[in-house]
Amino acid sequence: MAQRIVVLVEHLYGEPTDVTFELLGLARRIADSDGAIVEAVLLGEGVRHLAETLPAERVILVEHPALRYLAPEATAITVTGLLRTDAPRLALLPNTSLGMDVAAWVASALDWPLVAYCQALERREGQLVATAQLFGGKILADVAVGTSPTVISVLAGAFAAAALEPAAPGTIEVREPPAELAALRTHAASLERPAAADVDITRAEKIVAVGRGIESKDNLELAEELAQALGAVVAASRPLVDAGWLPRSRQVGKSGLKVKPKLYLALGISGAPEHLEGMKDAELIIAINKDPKAPIFGVADYGAVADLFDVVEALLERLGG
Amino acid sequence: MTIVVVMEQVPDVAEELAIAPSGTDLDRDAISYVVNEYDEHALEEALLLAETSGDEVVAIGIDATGELDQALYTALAKGAQRAIKLTGDFEGTWLSTRTAARLLAPVIEELAPRLVLVGVQAPDDLDGQLAPTLAALLGWPHASVVVGSELVNGMVRVRKELWGGITMLLELALPAVLGIQAARQAPRYVPVSRVRQVMREASIEVRDVEVTSDLAPVPVRLRFPEETGQAELLTGSASEIADRLIELLRARGLL
Ligand SMILES: Cc1cc2nc3c(=O)[nH]c(=O)nc-3n(C[C@H](O)[C@H](O)[C@H](O)COP(=O)(O)OP(=O)(O)OC[C@H]3O[C@@H](n4cnc5c(N)ncnc54)[C@H](O)[C@@H]3O)c2cc1C
Repeated sequence: MAQRIVVLVEHLYGEPTDVTFELLGLARRIADSDGAIVEAVLLGEGVRHLAETLPAERVILVEHPALRYLAPEATAITVTGLLRTDAPRLALLPNTSLGMDVAAWVASALDWPLVAYCQALERREGQLVATAQLFGGKILADVAVGTSPTVISVLAGAFAAAALEPAAPGTIEVREPPAELAALRTHAASLERPAAADVDITRAEKIVAVGRGIESKDNLELAEELAQALGAVVAASRPLVDAGWLPRSRQVGKSGLKVKPKLYLALGISGAPEHLEGMKDAELIIAINKDPKAPIFGVADYGAVADLFDVVEALLERLGG
Repeated sequence: MTIVVVMEQVPDVAEELAIAPSGTDLDRDAISYVVNEYDEHALEEALLLAETSGDEVVAIGIDATGELDQALYTALAKGAQRAIKLTGDFEGTWLSTRTAARLLAPVIEELAPRLVLVGVQAPDDLDGQLAPTLAALLGWPHASVVVGSELVNGMVRVRKELWGGITMLLELALPAVLGIQAARQAPRYVPVSRVRQVMREASIEVRDVEVTSDLAPVPVRLRFPEETGQAELLTGSASEIADRLIELLRARGLL
């Protein structure tokens, strides 16, 4: 039997998420290079109709009320059961909030190796190598994988999405939910949507984004002034939002919003992978940071190693802010 | 009743990092360590929970750096009642998440807490995050990316963040393991004088533990990201940089 590469399908509000197609695309490329087949694991409740939309040779479908929102315990138990019976060569899970709660649990339960924060997976001299992004994006770790069943948790936005192949629908194989789902210790799960936002940063053409380098809430005024002078809106990295300096609706990144403005001016943002996930597709990225090694310079078009306060002041003088 | 918080020291990624000649670890001599910022949030969340529930907060950590005392005394100064340090033959090494979880699990089981709080992730989590790894070993329910928690009717009600402000609300039976993303309020500050006082008055319990497992280290090679050469650097004074930026924006019709 051909080797299998398994992909966990993430979905939210009845739609597969973008990262699902990225994982399927990645699985497809590896499978094409060595004749493996791609299997999508679709868990949920009332999700059968999604199976036809998934570019995979086979879709394994498990439905149960406890799997409706892919809550951690039920999902981890179900995926573990499937992998234990099927022992694929690779299991690709998204390193998202939902996937994070499953990948490490499953790998630990099966005692399989796990490579997390994977941003590249490719064959080098006949060997499959997974590259993880560590230490805030400052260091990459290459790990040889695939000689035994391995779980890989993949960063969202790191790989191109698979093209949809509606002409070649895969076979659907329905499996029984594991018996353990009757005795879960997770009792209620529901989703809550965010409160309406004052500004929709996903629609802004220009964004002045501030990070921890701004130092204090009072200094946000400078960013506001600059944004006004540029006709931009202010957005932020997560720590500023956690500190309550700006509402959640202004947060860019993995757990915030994905933006694609014409201009993204990043002030005092280090460029952690979780932040880059939300803005690296902006048309023009300019970064001001004191640290020449800050990973933000890896995605920026233009950068200046400088004190943001000096640069903002100079800009305001010129723009008559 | 007890709430356990796991505290880990990690390389300060704001500093310049160097790779050891072996290529399999950072150059540990050149690292300055800080407490994992999410562990600080886990501690804060534990202290806030305990303020209403009356639970005892136990801070526990694996001393892989030889410098963990400071972090544990700080936890005591902030309000933890007990601190436990696991020591062994691993000082100066990079402990995988799974090894750490295997060292911690028996000690946690013995403490029989109703909650275990850990930081959602750490900068060196190559083999995944601690909360789900520990949960699998302990056989307890779990949730990560937690931004709010509350003990009610023998359960913990948690708010797990997905993205774009969407959250998942869960109720977990106790005991449970939570990976904390952000405490309800910013981690409290404690003056150095208070930490010094605690160092004189309180003590850290020490447990010698052994890495016995057959866990072969994964064959890993560290490297720096390639200079993509993508960012064109603007140099000169702040005024010169500002001039160039304005020029750039004008040229692209952005001003
Ligand atoms: C599950 C999860 C989800 C996450 N989701 C998100 C998310 O959606 N969005 C997000 O942003 N983060 C997210 N994070 C957090 C992320 O990992 C980083 O911690 C965060 O992005 C760092 O924010 P920062 O760059 O502002 O701060 P830091 O990393 O502290 O960087 C501050 C930067 O400012 C520079 N600086 C300081 N002073 C100055 C000055 N005067 N002039 C110029 N530069 C200066 C420093 O050199 C440094 O590079 C998430 C983390 C987790 C675990």
